[in-house]
Amino acid sequence: MKTDRVLTWKIGGLAGGGQKAAGLIFTKACARAGLFTFDSSEYPSLIRGGLVTYRVSVSSDPVNAIYKDTQLLIALTAEALDYCLPDVTADGVVLYDSDKFKPTPAQIKGRKFYALPLEALAKSAGIKSIAANVIITGACAALLDFDFKILTTVVTESFAEKGKEVVAMNLKALQFGFDYAQNNFQVKDFGYKLKPIEDHKKPNFFIVTANDTLALAAVAAGCNYLVSYPMTPASSILHSLADWAEEVGMIVKQPEDEIGAIHMALGGSFAGARAMTATSGGGFALMVEALTLAAMTETPLVIVESQRPAPATGLPTWTEQGDLSFVAHAGHGDFLRIVLAPGDPEESFYLTAQAFNLAEKWQVPVFILLDKYISEAHKSIIDLDESKITVDRGKMLTNQQLAKLSKFLRYQLTKDGVSPRSVPGQPNGLHIANSDEHDEYGFTIEGFNPQMRNLMMEKRAAKFDGIIEDLPEPELIGPAQAKITLIGWGSVKGPIVEALKQLPDVNYLHVMAPWPLSESFMRAKIKGVKKLIAIENNQSGQFANLLREATGIEVDERLTKYDGAQFFPEEIIDNVNKFL
Amino acid sequence: MANESDFKTNVKPTWCPGCGNFGIWSAVQKALAELGRKPYEVAFAFDIGCCGNGANWHNGYVFHSLHGRSLPVAYGIKLTNPRLTVIADAGDGAAYGEGTNHFLGACRGNIDIVYIVHNNHSYSLTKGQASPTTAQGRKTVSTPDGLIERPLNSLQLAITAGATFVAQGYSDDIQHLKELIKQAINHRGFALIDVIQPCVIFNDPDIRQQYQKMIYKLDSGYQPNDKIKAYRKAGETKKLPIGVIYQEKTPTYSDHLKYLKGNGVANQVVKKRSIKKLLSQFR
Repeated sequence: MKTDRVLTWKIGGLAGGGQKAAGLIFTKACARAGLFTFDSSEYPSLIRGGLVTYRVSVSSDPVNAIYKDTQLLIALTAEALDYCLPDVTADGVVLYDSDKFKPTPAQIKGRKFYALPLEALAKSAGIKSIAANVIITGACAALLDFDFKILTTVVTESFAEKGKEVVAMNLKALQFGFDYAQNNFQVKDFGYKLKPIEDHKKPNFFIVTANDTLALAAVAAGCNYLVSYPMTPASSILHSLADWAEEVGMIVKQPEDEIGAIHMALGGSFAGARAMTATSGGGFALMVEALTLAAMTETPLVIVESQRPAPATGLPTWTEQGDLSFVAHAGHGDFLRIVLAPGDPEESFYLTAQAFNLAEKWQVPVFILLDKYISEAHKSIIDLDESKITVDRGKMLTNQQLAKLSKFLRYQLTKDGVSPRSVPGQPNGLHIANSDEHDEYGFTIEGFNPQMRNLMMEKRAAKFDGIIEDLPEPELIGPAQAKITLIGWGSVKGPIVEALKQLPDVNYLHVMAPWPLSESFMRAKIKGVKKLIAIENNQSGQFANLLREATGIEVDERLTKYDGAQFFPEEIIDNVNKFL
Repeated sequence: MANESDFKTNVKPTWCPGCGNFGIWSAVQKALAELGRKPYEVAFAFDIGCCGNGANWHNGYVFHSLHGRSLPVAYGIKLTNPRLTVIADAGDGAAYGEGTNHFLGACRGNIDIVYIVHNNHSYSLTKGQASPTTAQGRKTVSTPDGLIERPLNSLQLAITAGATFVAQGYSDDIQHLKELIKQAINHRGFALIDVIQPCVIFNDPDIRQQYQKMIYKLDSGYQPNDKIKAYRKAGETKKLPIGVIYQEKTPTYSDHLKYLKGNGVANQVVKKRSIKKLLSQFR
């Protein structure tokens, strides 16, 4: 059986039931077998209890999204079955914990169900119930004809830290589950098998989220200072960098609140650190006043905003692209900021490294806009190319350069709008980073000096042209000519790339820098487009709104989704087909 | 060797004649000069308000922040470059109203900075509204029938929150205040100096006479190392003690970051780092 078609495996049950551990073992085992994976978890905002699911899509070809259609479902509770069953395909199989519940006759109709009495099985085999999820993994391996040696290695590695006894117990559970399925299920009837890729062709994967690669990029790009107040789904950036801080020589600070976070970050950046803060929409809402302080004092700063459904607390552990217009317009007054929106872990790596250079070169705040989906979904990737990373600190002056100047002016009026920079401790570089409107030194001016006010406003705005030239260009994915061109940004990339595999007359313009936008640039990009459809994971089509606002370009249609989930490739195929 | 006037720019102060801020400003300049600091080794973070306008006539590296936010900016400066002398200035409204959570965070973190609070018990720049330290019952433009809330005792709050240097000063006693500032700079850890400061516009017309009667200096008989005694001392409101009320020795925030060996990160060259080793954990 070929494995180039996508198989989706999903497990659902009560939180604390080991779904995540089982999912990660499955993902890692597939990756070791040389198969591409993409996984994502759904969970509520509580520590224990409630429904938790974990879904993995696997193929021998690259997988850029999780699929809705599920071929192998493991339902640990009745609630999980109710929620997940509609996605199970006609050729799919459902394993369920028959010690916990019985499916209704209506649910069983037309689908293959196999009972796994987990508690009884664990008891009979002398396995602790905590290892029940590994019994399931073993049973799945039998159905999928999965390489048992690979699975044994991954299970051994996964539990190695917990000691030999725990490893032995889990290996026993794995074997037991495998044997049980072989003896009790019609494993040959299941039409999906996962054969490992031959060794010489086997890719060596990393399994990463966009938060992981963002943290790695911060390290690679020489970021030496993170201040971040925890907030889902940005928190894992704080966790990773806090873990690595000592090894890489970084300062990672969890402050009293988000207002403290951004001001501490600005203080550090003013002092010369390569600074970053990370939060979600609600946390950034608290930072907005200080965003304007960054702009007024031209203090470089990278702000990670990983979105989740809003307003207010919204759906705190779900996903949405609902903060684009917020970050593009946040703050009182007119000022520039840059918004970068990675679409996957690879882009998160390269764009994050670029964000630090843009922030320091143009002395403006730079956002990296992620969302729960790509912040937490694992993708198997082949490599991250460190050689592409550069460090550009812009017009930062050395002590020697400062000594040669007759007079240093931190806010010197320049053609490109960027002024030279000094940091505390450097002789001859004194200045005021002033939240009040100021002159070239930084001294406060009043409205009695309207000329200087205009000059400073114009100096800061003059950066626009240079910034536009420096921003990553939108990427055209798919055929050069198409009946329909989709336009989107950020995390919609993955599901769209998957959908395009079945939409030969459609291409996709992926916008990695959704703000600021230049009219001439965007008009050139969409020249010759027959029908332009915006795809966005928010209600109003926020990018389409910004595009109209900044360029006058009006998209023909908007496909939006705002129920807390990301797009599935199947949904995009169905919806776009309606326009073909 | 720098002298006092090196810490002044050429900008003329805009404070009202007789404002207590002049005394604080003078004490800061003297303290820094006597400690041999050079302006480029000093970073000031200023708040919004009358004291905040002082950003323009203090010579050094200056960050003029937003209302309530001089402290987290100063925190960030010191954290990333511990070699700098870092002084944050704020009024009572900023320090104990808008910026209270930062105040508690700085006390708890024992970050090695000096926090000078210009306490005139009033929002003066915005025309005299009640502040968190205004006396209960006082009539102001925002409390025409008298202030309902009780005043915050910031010295006691600082002690409770874990501050390791808590002092009260008086802006008219410049010599005494200068010594307090020097001690605060030399103290390793977070140092609060709450400076009683007359406002010639919004305090009582005889405020200086009132303070003259209330203020007394702590003498050498007072030992600031006992937390309970310090808490009681800080609670005195009829008579106002000036001097160091509480002090303890404990490692600073930066001391705990042993891997930095006393260096920061802001004063280091930013270099590309290899991620090979970190990446390997994602197999």
